[in-house]
Amino acid sequence: MAPELIVFLVLGAVAVGSALGMLMSRNAVYSAMFLIMNFATVAVFYLVLGAPFIAMVQVTVYAGAIMVLFLFVIMLLGAEHLERRTGLDWQKPIAVVLGLVLLVEAGYVLASGQASLPAIAIPEAGYGAPAQIGELLFSQYLLPFEVTSVLLLAAMIGAIVITRRDAPKRKKN
Amino acid sequence: MVPVEYYVGLSAILFTIGTLGVLTRRNAIIIFMSIELMLNSANLLFVAFARTFEALSGQIFVFFVMTVAAAEVAVGLALIVAVFRTKDTINIDEVSSLRG
Amino acid sequence: MLLSEATNPGGAFNLVPWIVFFPVIGLLVNLVAGKRMGEKFIGTVASLASGLAFAVSVALFFALQANHGHKEIFHLLDWINIGALNIGWDFRIDTLSVTMMLVVSGIGTLIHIYAAGYMHYDVRYKEDPASYVRFFIYLNLFIAMMMILVSGDNYLMLFVGWEGVGLCSFLLIGFWFNRSPDGTFGTGNSYAAKKAFIANRVGDFGFLMAIFTTFWVTHSLQFDEVFHHLDSGEVPAWAIWAIAMFMLLGVTGKSAQIPLYVWLPDAMAGPTPVSALIHAATMVTAGVYLITRSAPIFSAGEGVHNVVAWVGAGTALFAATIAVGQYDIKKVLAYSTVSQLGFMVAAVGMGAYAAGMFHLVTHAFFKALLFLGSGSVILAVERGHHPIGEDAHGDHHDEHHGHDDHGHAFDPQDMRNMGGLRKRIPWTFWTYIMGTLALAGVPIWAGFFSKDEILADALHFNIGIYIVLSIAAFFTAFYMGRQVWLVFFGEPRSHGAEAAKESPRTVLIPLVILAILSTLGGFMNFPEVHQFGHWLEYTLGHFYHPTEFNANVALGSTAFGLAALFISWLVYGQNPRQTAKEKDPLEKAFPGIFAGMNAKWWIDEIYEDLIIRPYQKLAAWLADVLDWRFWHDWFHERVIRDGFFGLTRFLAHPVDLGVIDGIANGLARVTQGGATALSIFQTGFVRNYALWVFVGVVSILGYLIFR
Repeated sequence: MAPELIVFLVLGAVAVGSALGMLMSRNAVYSAMFLIMNFATVAVFYLVLGAPFIAMVQVTVYAGAIMVLFLFVIMLLGAEHLERRTGLDWQKPIAVVLGLVLLVEAGYVLASGQASLPAIAIPEAGYGAPAQIGELLFSQYLLPFEVTSVLLLAAMIGAIVITRRDAPKRKKN
Repeated sequence: MVPVEYYVGLSAILFTIGTLGVLTRRNAIIIFMSIELMLNSANLLFVAFARTFEALSGQIFVFFVMTVAAAEVAVGLALIVAVFRTKDTINIDEVSSLRG
Repeated sequence: MLLSEATNPGGAFNLVPWIVFFPVIGLLVNLVAGKRMGEKFIGTVASLASGLAFAVSVALFFALQANHGHKEIFHLLDWINIGALNIGWDFRIDTLSVTMMLVVSGIGTLIHIYAAGYMHYDVRYKEDPASYVRFFIYLNLFIAMMMILVSGDNYLMLFVGWEGVGLCSFLLIGFWFNRSPDGTFGTGNSYAAKKAFIANRVGDFGFLMAIFTTFWVTHSLQFDEVFHHLDSGEVPAWAIWAIAMFMLLGVTGKSAQIPLYVWLPDAMAGPTPVSALIHAATMVTAGVYLITRSAPIFSAGEGVHNVVAWVGAGTALFAATIAVGQYDIKKVLAYSTVSQLGFMVAAVGMGAYAAGMFHLVTHAFFKALLFLGSGSVILAVERGHHPIGEDAHGDHHDEHHGHDDHGHAFDPQDMRNMGGLRKRIPWTFWTYIMGTLALAGVPIWAGFFSKDEILADALHFNIGIYIVLSIAAFFTAFYMGRQVWLVFFGEPRSHGAEAAKESPRTVLIPLVILAILSTLGGFMNFPEVHQFGHWLEYTLGHFYHPTEFNANVALGSTAFGLAALFISWLVYGQNPRQTAKEKDPLEKAFPGIFAGMNAKWWIDEIYEDLIIRPYQKLAAWLADVLDWRFWHDWFHERVIRDGFFGLTRFLAHPVDLGVIDGIANGLARVTQGGATALSIFQTGFVRNYALWVFVGVVSILGYLIFR
C-alpha cells in the first residue's frame, strides 16, 4: 500500500472514531473533546489536500474558539449529564436504519461510477496559500466578504439581546 | 495521491454520524455539536473538490461556511442559554410547545 | 458623481446629483441625530446642506461658462424602461436650470440661516421646541425637491419635483397644524394647508393631462425630443393648444394665478421663512420656469401667448388691488407675490422669456428680503409684547391689555398694532426700505430693471397689457408705501411695538445680504448689454429676443412709482394713525372700494358659493337620489334582492340539499379523516420533525440515484 493511503486510512479511522465517540459519550464534555479531536484530524486532511490556510482557520476558529464556547456553555449550564427517558426512543432505530440507507446510497454512487471524478492532480506551488486566498477574497469575493462582517455583527448583537436577562429600565426624561 | 472518492466516502460517513447525533441525542448542546460535524464534513468535501478541480473558490466557500458557523454558534448557544433560563433544562424533548 | 471626479476636465458636470444628495443627506442627519444634538447643530447641518448645494450650483455655473453655455445631460439612473419608452433619472445642466439652481440654493441657504435664528423664538412662542428639527427636515426636503424640479431633463422628473415641493408646501403651511393663523389653538392652519394642497391638485391635474397629451402625440417626455417633434410639424395644432392650456392650468395652480391663486394668501399660515422661501422666492416661480422651459410649446400654439399674457396681467392687477386693503403685514406681501407672479407669467406669456426669468430672479431677491424683513418685524413686536424668559407661559392675561383690535389674542402681524418701528429696529428698517424700493420699481434698484423690461415688452406686444401692468405697478408702489408708513413711521400703537427688540444676528445677516442683492441685482441684465439675457439665449435659442430699452417706458414707470409713493405718504405718512382702532383713511374716502379690497373682492366667498357649496349639494344629491334611492332602494332591493330570492328558492331545495350537501359532507368527512391521520405526525418534538426531514432527504436521494 502506498504511504499516502496508509496515512489516509489511519487519519480517517481516527476521524470516524472520534465522531462516533462524540455521538456515544454520555458526558457532554467528553463529546466536545471528541469533536475537537475530529476537527483536528480534519485539519490535517486539509493540509494534505493543499489548503494550509483553511487548516489553520479550522484549528484556531473551529477547534479553538467555537469549541471553547461550547465547553463554556456546558460548564455554565451544568449540562454534562442529562438523560431522562422520554417517549421518543422508538426514533433511534429508525434513525440508525435511515443513516445506513444514506450510506448505502452514497456508497452505490461512488461504486457504480455514476459520478466520474478526475484524479487529484498535483497542484502548482503556492496553491491554497494565504496570499492566494486573500487575493481571491478581496477581489472576486469582496462583497460576500463584507456581507459576512455584517452577519457577524448581527449575530453578536443577537446573542447579546437574547441572553440579556432584563432590559435595564431607562430613566424617564 | 489518494483518489477523491475516498474523501467523498469519509465525508459521507461523518455526515451520517452527525445526522444520527441530531436524531438520537436529547442534549441540545450535543445536537448542536452534531450539526457542526455535518458542516465540517461538507467543508471537507469542498476542500477535496477544490483540489480535484483546482478551483480555489472551494476553499473560499469553506471560509464563508466557517464564518456562518461561527455566527450560528453564537446565536444558537445564546438561544440554548435563554431556553435553559426559562425551562431550566436543555433537554430538547421537553421543549415541545410546538405541539398544537 | 463622486466628489473626486470634479477635478477631471469637465468633471464639474458630474457633480450635479449632489445638488439633490446634499439636502437629502442633511435631512437624514437631522432625522437621525437632530433631536439629541440641539438647535445649533440642527441649524448648522441644514444650512450646510443647502450651502453645499449652492456651492455645487456655483461650480456648475463656472463649468457651464467654460463650456460656452452648451448644455450637458448627466445620466444618473435608468428609471422607466418599457419598450420604446425610456425615461432616465437625468439631470439637465443648461443656463436656465443653473440659473434656477443658483436662485433656489442661494436664497435657500440665506433663508436656512435666517430660520436658524427665527425658529428659535417661534418654537418657543408656540410652546413646542421639539418642532425645531422637524422644520429643518422639511426645509431640506424642499430644497432637494426643488432641485429635482429645476434640474430634471424630462417632464416626468419635473413632475416628481413639482409634486414634491407641493408636499413640502403642504407640510410647512400646516407646520403649526394645531393652531390658527392668529396663534390660538384651532384648525385654521391645517385648513390653509389643505386649501393649498387641493388648489394645487387642480393645477396638478392640468399638468398631468399636459404630460399625458405630450406623451400621446410625441411618444416622449424628454425635453429635446418633445421639442424636436414639435419642430417637425407632425403634431396637430389642437394638441399643442391642449398641452399649452393644460400646462397653463398647472401654472395657475403652482404659481398662484387666476383662478387658482386663492391658496397663496392663506399659505401665510406657515412660519415666515417658509413664506419667504416657498411662497415667494422659489416654489411659486416653478410655473414661470415651466413655461420658459416649454417655450417651444407655448410659442408654437396659435394665440396661446395672448391667453397666458392676459391671465398674468389680470392676476397682476387684481392681486395688487387686494394688497392695498390688507392689514396683515404678511397678507400684503402675499398678494404682492401673486401680483408679481402675474408680471412674470405675463412676461413669459408674451414670449419675453428672458424678461420673465429676470424678474423671477430679482423678485426672488427682494421678495425674500421683504418676507424675511416682515418676519423680523413680527418677531420684534412679539418679543416686545411678550418677552421670552421673563414669562415662560401661563401669564397670558397680558395679551388683553387693550392695544389689540378684536379683543382676542394680540396679533403681532397686524400693521395697525405697529408704528414707529424705525427707531426700535433700525437694521430691519433699512433693509426693508431697500426691498420696498426694489419692489416699487425705483431706478437703480433691481425691480426697476426687470419690471421695466416686462413693460417695454408689453408695449411692443399689446397696449392693453401694457396699461394693465402699469396700473398694477402703480398699486404695487402704493401698497408698499402704505406698508412702510404704517409699520415704521408714526408713533407706536401697541405695547409690543413700543418695546420691540431688534432681531438676533442670524436673522439680520441674511437680510443685509439680500438687501445688497436687491439693490445691485438689476445690473446683471443692464439694458442694451443683456448679459443675463445672452446667458439664457444658450438655452432659449431663437425664442430669445433682447428687449429694446424704451426711455419713455422707463421714465413713465418711474414717474408712476414715485407718484404712488408720494400719494401713499399723503394718505398714510402725513397724518399717521394714532390708535390701532382707527379707520383706514382710504376706508373713510372710498368705503365701498376699500371694503372690497379688504375682503379680497369676496373671491373666497364666491368660490364657496359657486363651487364648493354646489359641489357639496351635488354630492349630497348624488348620495341621496342616485346612491340611496336608485341604487340601493330600487336596484339592490328590487332587482338584485328579489331576483336573488327567486333564484335561491329554486337552488336551495332540489339543487342544494340533494347534490351540494352530499358532496360537501363527503369532503368534510375525508378532510376530517385525513387530518386525524396526519395529526399523529405533529408530536411537538423538534427531533421528530428532523427525523421526517431526514426521511425526505434519504428518499429523494434514493429516487435520484435509482430511478
